[in-house]
Amino acid sequence: MSDTPVVIAENLSRHYEVGGGMFRKPQVVRALSEASFTLHLGKTLAVVGESGCGKSTLARLITLIEEPTGGQFQLNGRGATRENWASLRTDVQIVFQDPYGSLNPRQKIGAILEEPLKINRPEMSAAERTAKARDMLRLVGLRPEHFERYPHMFSGGQRQRIAVARALMLDPKVLVLDEPVSALDLSIQSQILNLLTELQERMGLAYLFISHDLSVVKHMADDVIVMYLGRPVETGSKEEIFAGPRHPYTKALLSATPVAEPGLEKQRIKLAGELPSPMNVPPGCAFAPRCWKAQDRCHAERPLLEGATHRTACFFPEAGGTPSPAAPKPAT
Amino acid sequence: MALLEIRNLSVDFTTASGAFRAVDAVDVSVDKGEVLAIVGESGSGKSVSMLALMGLLPWTATITADVMEFEGRDLRALTPKARRKIVGKDIAMIFQEPMSSLNPCFTVGFQIKEALRLHMNMDRATRHKRAIELMDMVGIPAPESRLNTFPHQMSGGMNQRVMIAMSIACNPKLLIADEPTTALDVTIQAQILDLLTGLQRDTGMGLILITHDMGVVAENAERVSVQYAGQKVEDQPVYDLFARPHHPYTAALLAALPERATSKLLPTIPGVVPGQFDRPKGCLFSPRCAYADDRCRSTPPIPCGSELGLARCHYPLNATEEVKA
Repeated sequence: MSDTPVVIAENLSRHYEVGGGMFRKPQVVRALSEASFTLHLGKTLAVVGESGCGKSTLARLITLIEEPTGGQFQLNGRGATRENWASLRTDVQIVFQDPYGSLNPRQKIGAILEEPLKINRPEMSAAERTAKARDMLRLVGLRPEHFERYPHMFSGGQRQRIAVARALMLDPKVLVLDEPVSALDLSIQSQILNLLTELQERMGLAYLFISHDLSVVKHMADDVIVMYLGRPVETGSKEEIFAGPRHPYTKALLSATPVAEPGLEKQRIKLAGELPSPMNVPPGCAFAPRCWKAQDRCHAERPLLEGATHRTACFFPEAGGTPSPAAPKPAT
Repeated sequence: MALLEIRNLSVDFTTASGAFRAVDAVDVSVDKGEVLAIVGESGSGKSVSMLALMGLLPWTATITADVMEFEGRDLRALTPKARRKIVGKDIAMIFQEPMSSLNPCFTVGFQIKEALRLHMNMDRATRHKRAIELMDMVGIPAPESRLNTFPHQMSGGMNQRVMIAMSIACNPKLLIADEPTTALDVTIQAQILDLLTGLQRDTGMGLILITHDMGVVAENAERVSVQYAGQKVEDQPVYDLFARPHHPYTAALLAALPERATSKLLPTIPGVVPGQFDRPKGCLFSPRCAYADDRCRSTPPIPCGSELGLARCHYPLNATEEVKA
């Protein structure tokens, strides 16, 4: 079962046109370019990157909220084109980052959970809907009496449980988790991560796990995509990425993540500068202006994702497999 | 003499539904050149206690303390005017959200120079020079031209640097950084933290780092104070805290870190932080504690000695035999 690909994406791109006027051409924001990946049932694919790297755009495409401007993807064996959207939408659901903003404050929890059924399963009777909603409430670790309460009566962790329950009401195959724990406290975060792990084992769900927190990703993911400025720069299994990052950006990201181990001697790679604006992505490798290894070729030509399973888009990749090679010269 | 000495600080808020104690008998002391981290979850009172020190709480707050001294001067006895001479000059604070803490109506140059104008008696040309120097110090490229930009024209990382430049403008003796990197990406976070600890080393100022990120604590702090539901539950040097936590809350918090996980399921802390109406009678952590017994549920514990990290617990963990006896 875990071999069944449920999402196959090929060169997904999403470009937005912004600005422009009567006499001015609109500019193009390349929010996401040429993302290809496969997501299997029962597995977790993590998408990592800093703000503006296209993580959330990818989530919106996979959840069928927006149409890609280039490339295509298959959901559950069927092409995700606009004609199929209505029938495919129940297979993929999303959990948002902010549990305070994503629940309607005027609806009771019961109504929130039953709404997807009302719309998508018109043949169900009201009693069946209520029964299913109550089952789901128990499944995510909430008590039956919570059914009649309003969202403001819950803590952040409980609200996130409700959001997960709502997403699972239609028995989806894929759950897109857009930073599901970054708004939660540490002690609550582990409860939600455990819930997600249990649900995945029980229901064989595929997770597209979007996060910027590498320690959470390391715990949850099977496969990882590292994105930079709208493009995947490195993909591979969790072990490959964390033990032997090949792309300099991945390496920098890993070295910048604080480790809860005082006195740990580590070489922190200092990146100079900030993310360039997605409106004028530098020609060549997008990371070149901040990269300590960049050479003329990097500024002129864009590297493609290369490799068999552990793929990286870099002309001068780090030696893979060795966890920490000689300290690189930090950029000035 | 400690740079900052606060004893038995309590902050009560008058709310529509009655009094609410946000900070409960907290002690804070920071020496010159020391980096103290205050960790805790949301609602643990870590920001409120520092805002009380700065005098930035609204009128609904009642602040009581046995001692509140900065460089030996009693902050409680100062007139508001005298206090404003210290706050912003000798004690400076960096706030959590750079985007909403800067005034959108003024250029960042104006806002940096304002502190210099009010506290440093500099003339216009010196102020301008100093502002450029500060922006250069915090790593803002092309400072001369950036002085004339507004906060909305810059990214979050740049605005946070402007905030830091403002706070260090008058060479403070104590810098309070309230979640200085929470809103930022990890690569920028690393830059900002390096900048802060570098400044602290160079100028010898005291630094209080308020955060909830254990990784940031481990890499930057010298001493850690853990707060829970308004109380300080433990205070230890950073190495000892991570190696031998004494309070069950600290131990549970460290165990819940995904990077310390040994299996796919993480150890959790059941329940939630108590709120205004469900404060337990005994130890505040007892409803969630794995070791709690009847004594914990009925009698509030008092802090242990410093050999047990001042743990506010009846049954501190990792206690050696001699200490127990």
